[in-house]
Amino acid sequence: MESDSKRKKECSSSPESTRQSFPDEVLERVLALLTSHKDRSSVSLVCKDWYHAERWSRTRVFIGNCYSVSPEILVRRFPNIRSVTLKGKPRFSDFNLVPHDWGADIHAWLVAFADKYPLLEELRLKRMTISDESLEFLALKFPNFKVLSLLSCDGFSTDGLAAIATHCKILWSEVKNLTELDIHENGVEDRSGNWLSCFPESFASLEVLNFANFGNNEVNFDALERIVSRCKSLKVLKVNKSISLEQLQRLLARAPQLVELGTGAFMQELTPRQCAELESAFNNCKNIHTLSGLWEASALYLPVLYSACSNLTFLNLSYAPLQSVELAKLLVHCPRLQRLWVLDTVEDKGLEAVGSNCPLLEELRVFPADPFDEEIIHGVTEAGFLAVSFGCKRLHYVLYFCRQMTNAAVATIVQNCPDFTHFRLCIMNPGQPDYLTNEPMDEAFGAVVKTCTKIQRLSVSGLLTDLTFEYIGKYAKNLEVLSVAFAGSSDWGMQCVLGGCTKLRKLEIRDCPFGNVALLSGLEKYESMRSLWMSACNVTMSGCRRLASEMPRLNVEVMKEEGSDDSHADKVYVYRTVAGPRRDAPPSVLTL
Amino acid sequence: MEIGVAAYRKNDLNLKATELRLGLPGTDDHEMEEQTSVRNNNNKRPSPDTGDDCGVKNKSEAAGCEEVTPVAKAQIVGWPPIRSYRKNSLQQKKTETEGTGIYVKVSMDGAPYLRKIDLKLYNGYAELLKALENMFKFTIGQYSEREGYKGSEFAPTYEDKDGDWMLVGDVPWEMFMSSCKRLRIMKRSEARGLGCGV
Repeated sequence: MESDSKRKKECSSSPESTRQSFPDEVLERVLALLTSHKDRSSVSLVCKDWYHAERWSRTRVFIGNCYSVSPEILVRRFPNIRSVTLKGKPRFSDFNLVPHDWGADIHAWLVAFADKYPLLEELRLKRMTISDESLEFLALKFPNFKVLSLLSCDGFSTDGLAAIATHCKILWSEVKNLTELDIHENGVEDRSGNWLSCFPESFASLEVLNFANFGNNEVNFDALERIVSRCKSLKVLKVNKSISLEQLQRLLARAPQLVELGTGAFMQELTPRQCAELESAFNNCKNIHTLSGLWEASALYLPVLYSACSNLTFLNLSYAPLQSVELAKLLVHCPRLQRLWVLDTVEDKGLEAVGSNCPLLEELRVFPADPFDEEIIHGVTEAGFLAVSFGCKRLHYVLYFCRQMTNAAVATIVQNCPDFTHFRLCIMNPGQPDYLTNEPMDEAFGAVVKTCTKIQRLSVSGLLTDLTFEYIGKYAKNLEVLSVAFAGSSDWGMQCVLGGCTKLRKLEIRDCPFGNVALLSGLEKYESMRSLWMSACNVTMSGCRRLASEMPRLNVEVMKEEGSDDSHADKVYVYRTVAGPRRDAPPSVLTL
Repeated sequence: MEIGVAAYRKNDLNLKATELRLGLPGTDDHEMEEQTSVRNNNNKRPSPDTGDDCGVKNKSEAAGCEEVTPVAKAQIVGWPPIRSYRKNSLQQKKTETEGTGIYVKVSMDGAPYLRKIDLKLYNGYAELLKALENMFKFTIGQYSEREGYKGSEFAPTYEDKDGDWMLVGDVPWEMFMSSCKRLRIMKRSEARGLGCGV
C-alpha cells in the first residue's frame, strides 16, 4: 500500500537499534487503542518512531481553536482522519461580544478534507461559521459521511440542511448512512420547512435527529413522522417548538425505543382521550434517560410525563417556566436524576424540592427567566442553592444565576459539596456585594478554591477585589477555565492568576481594571494556554504590540470599537498557534 | 417573530453587539438603534450598585424601592451572559403571549411583588378595575374626567407606548388595550396632575 511505503521512508532515518526493537505495525496496533487526545499527544513526544506511529494511527482529531493550526498542517501530519471536531469563535461570541464576521469559517477546512480525507465520517463544529454552499459541498464530497453536529454555529439556512438531506439520496446506492444530524442552538435561517422531506424514503439509518432550537419554524410533520417510523435505530429525537402535543404523541407511538427525547411545545388543549393517549405513549417509553424541550409546559400536562421519568438522569426544564409546586410534584417521580436544568421561576422553594427528591444530583443549572427585568424581585437566592447543597452531596457542577448571594452561604455550600469541579456563579447585578454584610464576595470564592481542590472551571461575579484573585492563584491548582467580569481592583489580581494557576488553559475577562502590566506578566504563560480574552479592560495598543513582538508564536488580535480612543485596545484575543497570523480576518480585527 | 441570529447578522445591522435597549425586553427585538455600552472611564465598572439599591434584605424593603417609577436601566452588552438562542426563546415567549393574550404587569405601591393580568379577559374599564380591586384588596374610587379617581387613596395608572404615565380611563378601552404596557396602582398623593390625558 502506498501508505506503508511512505511510512517506511520516514522511519528509515532512525537508528537501526531502536527500529528493530519494535515493528511499526505492532506499535501502531497498540497506539490505535489509545483514544484520549492527551495520551496521544504524550505518545507523540516520546521519539520520532512513536511520533510517526501515532500520526498514522490517529483517526479522530480534536482542535480546540481552529486558528491554532491550519488545514494544511493538519492533513500533512495526520493522513488517516475519519472524525474531526473543531471549535472556532471565542466563547464570548455567545454574548454578542465578537463581530459577526470575525471568522472561523469551515470552508477552507472542507476543501482540504475533500482532498486528503475523502473517507471522512464525522464532523463536529462548535462556534464555527458554515454556509449553505459548504453544507452542500459536505454532502457531495464525502460519501462515507455519517455524523454532522453543529453547536452554536451560524451562517446557514434550511437550504443547507436540505442539501445534506437530499444528497443522502443521491449517494444512497454507494455509501450512505447519515446517522446523526444534530443542529441545536444555532442561528438558522428558515427558508422552507421542507428540508426534512428531502430525506429519501429509503433513508432509515438515522440515530440522532436534533433540531430543538430551530425556533418556532414549522417543519413538514408528515415527513418527520415518516422518518421516525422507518428509522428503527433512532435513539435521540429532539424537536422544536412547532411540534404540538398531539403530534408528539404520534411520534412517540412510533419510537418507544427513544433514549433521549426533546418535546415540542407542551401547552396545547387536549381532550381527555388525547391526554390519555399521550400518557400511554410516554408510558411505553421505558428507556428515556434524557428529557428536554417542554416549552411553556403547563402544569396541566406535566403528569403525562411521570411514567417515563423513572429512569431519567437528565431533565432539561430550562424552557419551562414552572412554579415551585409544579416542579416539586414532577421531581417526586425522578429519583435517579443526575442533571437538572431549570428556570428561576421555580424559586427557592422549588430548589428545596430538588434537595429533597434528588439525592443523586450531580449537576444543577438555574437560568433566569427574566434576565433583563430588574423590577420584579423574584428568582432564586442563596437559600435555594443552600437547600440543594444540603440534599445533594454529589453535586459537582453548578451554573447559578441569582440576584443576591452571601459569603457565608457559599462557604456552607462548598462545605456540603467539596467535590465541585465546575462552579459558575452569576450574580446578575455587576459588582454587587454580599447583600447582608455589604462586603465584597472575595471570601465566597476564597472558600470555593480552598475547599474544592478539584475545581476545574470557575466563573466569578459580584463585587470582587484583588483578594479573590490572590486566593485563586494560591489555591486553584487544577483550574483550567476562568471567567471574570466586572471584578478586581488592579493589575495584581490578574498577575496572581497567571502566576499561580499552573493548569490554566482559558482565561476570559471583561470590564476589569487590568492593564498592560497584567497582560505582559503572562508573556511566558500564554503559550501553555489555549487562549486569553480581554475586553473593556485597561489594555492599550502598545501593550498588545509589545506582547505580539515578544511572542511570535502567539496571535494577538485586537478588535476596535467605533468611536473609541486610538490607543485603547477594546477587545483583545490572544492564542497560541503554529499557523501564524490568520489571513481571513475582517477589517475590524487587527492582527499585531 | 423568530428570525435566526444568522439572518439578523447577515443584514449587517450593526458590527457591534446590539443587545442594549432602553425598554422592556421583547419589544423591537430586531430594530436597529443607536446604542452605547455602559462603561465607566476608570475602573471599568458601572455605577456601583451597592446593597442600598434594590438589593433588598426582605420584602418589606422591596416595597420601598418600588415607590420610584421604574426606568429600565441601560443594559450592558452581553450581560448577563446568556446565549442568544436562549434569549430569543425567552423573548419569543413574551411576544407570543402578546399574541394570544395581552399580559401586562401590575404593580401596587406598597405591595412586595407584582402581578400579571391579561387585558383581553376584560370587556372594559369597569371589569378591569373590579379585577384590580379584588387582586390587591383595595377600592379604587369613582372616576371622573375632571378629577380622576375620587374617594380612595389609590389611583390606577398605566405606562403607554411613549413611556408616559397616564391615568387609567381617559382614552377609549380599545385604545387603552393597544397602548398599555404596564399598570401601576399609585398612591393618590403622587397621582395628582395626572388627570389630563394627551
